[in-house]
Amino acid sequence: MLSYYKRNEIALTPILFLIPGVLFFAVYVIIPIFQSLSISFYQWDGLGEAKYVGLRNYSELATDRAFEISLWNNIKWLALYLLAIPAGLFIALFLNQNVWGIRLYKSMFFFPFVLSQVVVGLVFSWFYLPREGLLNGFLGLFGAGPINVLGDPTLATYGIIAAGLWPQTAYCMILYLTGLNAVDPEQVEAARLDGAKGPKMLWYVILPQLKPATFIAFVVTIIGALRSFDLISIMTNGGPFGRTRVLSFYMFEKALSEYGFRMGYGSAIAVVLFLIMLCFIAYFLWQMYQDEKAARR
Amino acid sequence: MFPTPIEKRSAAAQTTYKALLPVALVMWLLPLIAVMLFSIRPITDFTQGNYWGWPSSFDLIANYNRVFFESDMPQYLFNSVLITVPTVIGAVAISCMTGFALGVYRFRGNLLIFFMFIAGNFVPFQILMVPVRDLTLGLGLYDTKAGLVLFHIAFQTGFCTLFMRNFIRALPYELIEAARVEGVAEWRIFWFVVLPLMRPAIAALAVLIFTFIWNDYFWAIVLTQGPDAQPVTAGITQFNSQFVAQYQLMSAGSIVAALPPVIMFFAMQRHFIAGLTLGAVK
Repeated sequence: MLSYYKRNEIALTPILFLIPGVLFFAVYVIIPIFQSLSISFYQWDGLGEAKYVGLRNYSELATDRAFEISLWNNIKWLALYLLAIPAGLFIALFLNQNVWGIRLYKSMFFFPFVLSQVVVGLVFSWFYLPREGLLNGFLGLFGAGPINVLGDPTLATYGIIAAGLWPQTAYCMILYLTGLNAVDPEQVEAARLDGAKGPKMLWYVILPQLKPATFIAFVVTIIGALRSFDLISIMTNGGPFGRTRVLSFYMFEKALSEYGFRMGYGSAIAVVLFLIMLCFIAYFLWQMYQDEKAARR
Repeated sequence: MFPTPIEKRSAAAQTTYKALLPVALVMWLLPLIAVMLFSIRPITDFTQGNYWGWPSSFDLIANYNRVFFESDMPQYLFNSVLITVPTVIGAVAISCMTGFALGVYRFRGNLLIFFMFIAGNFVPFQILMVPVRDLTLGLGLYDTKAGLVLFHIAFQTGFCTLFMRNFIRALPYELIEAARVEGVAEWRIFWFVVLPLMRPAIAALAVLIFTFIWNDYFWAIVLTQGPDAQPVTAGITQFNSQFVAQYQLMSAGSIVAALPPVIMFFAMQRHFIAGLTLGAVK
């Protein structure tokens, strides 16, 4: 046994090292994806007998108004969340200087990212409060308001997205600060001698060098937008009138809340969300595969 | 350096910049500052509508005392620690091994397994929710810290493997080859050659995972129910329903809940940022 291992050491060692990780990951992540897929074809309350219903959960989705609203909100989240990338770049450019105390400023600007989304949600829901909130305190100074951001069916989603943009922008900022640190000074100097400056310099010289940072910022922002759940749950709990739901939240509501345990229907919603995510995952993996091929040794 | 260093600009520009910095910071952190100010006010300020004027008294200690001594907050904080620390240890240990296997050896399926870890790390939680909840119920671990820890370790292994593998890839491969020529056993290469070099990666990953897990909310409400097992992120909603509309206590409570990862961040800043920005520079 031991001599068999000795003879095939190079081949066997990686397998042995991979076993715990792969096993864990398969049981808790990979297999559940397929289980969810299969549950989405059943009607099941989580306890009793599951009943096969074919594609009926999916055809119900097509006529479900709440699902439609959630899907639209997901699109809003995706589109507006991407603002974190230019906003993060802007702050990074603002802070990329060498003055006294700048390191502390950088950490303080970054620090919303460290807060849990639950706390961010609470902080912003108090910020938006019609009477006690600071936002309306300010608007009052100018004679405007008060507006009840989270109580307004059209405004509420935007209010939550704004809260989400706060930590997300901080994350993009730190990515760009790191990227700016590594920008090749010789290229910058050469471009300066050629008369490039300001936006032109940024677009033609700096941004191409920041590409890896932009790619990561894009990945984490897309994932963050589609994962949005905590903020909605804390700030509005899907309301008013279900107008701030997104797919991830609606799925949870259908499968696990007081509205009943519709595991099959919930899983169908999750599958839709998964398929949306899959488009992005495929793109990310393809990009990484290109990098891998380039870096092959 | 881009933009042009401010020291090369006019004196007026420099002064403006230095004045702008604190203003921008205060605006950026405004919602948070508001909550901090709430947490030192007495309840009477809220009942009398004095939200933003000078506080009628400073009740910092009284408010935070009530958080610690009149609620389940300490229990929730303790639960968070008992969930977070084992997860960090487990996920880092497992991913040191997977990262080593995928980063050092060439074999068929290497890239496939690696990409499986990455892809799994990106999936929406909801597609895992029903089966994972079922599995946890089946193991008898529903509403226990262990149930949460097992899931978190498994899920974080995806991100950690990505991190560790790329880190090991960047190490000088000659070291491993030299050890092999000397006839060192493979597991000894892992333990005595690679692992010591991975210390910065382990530190970075540990602080990152600590923050991620401490801040988790979704799995906490899916896999646990009461003060026996729930971490502080889920506990805070319970706490808030205990002190409805007492903003001074609710703010103090959320500051307490947010503090551990904040302390972790400021204490280990360099590692934290190195971890987050891995790959942002080629």
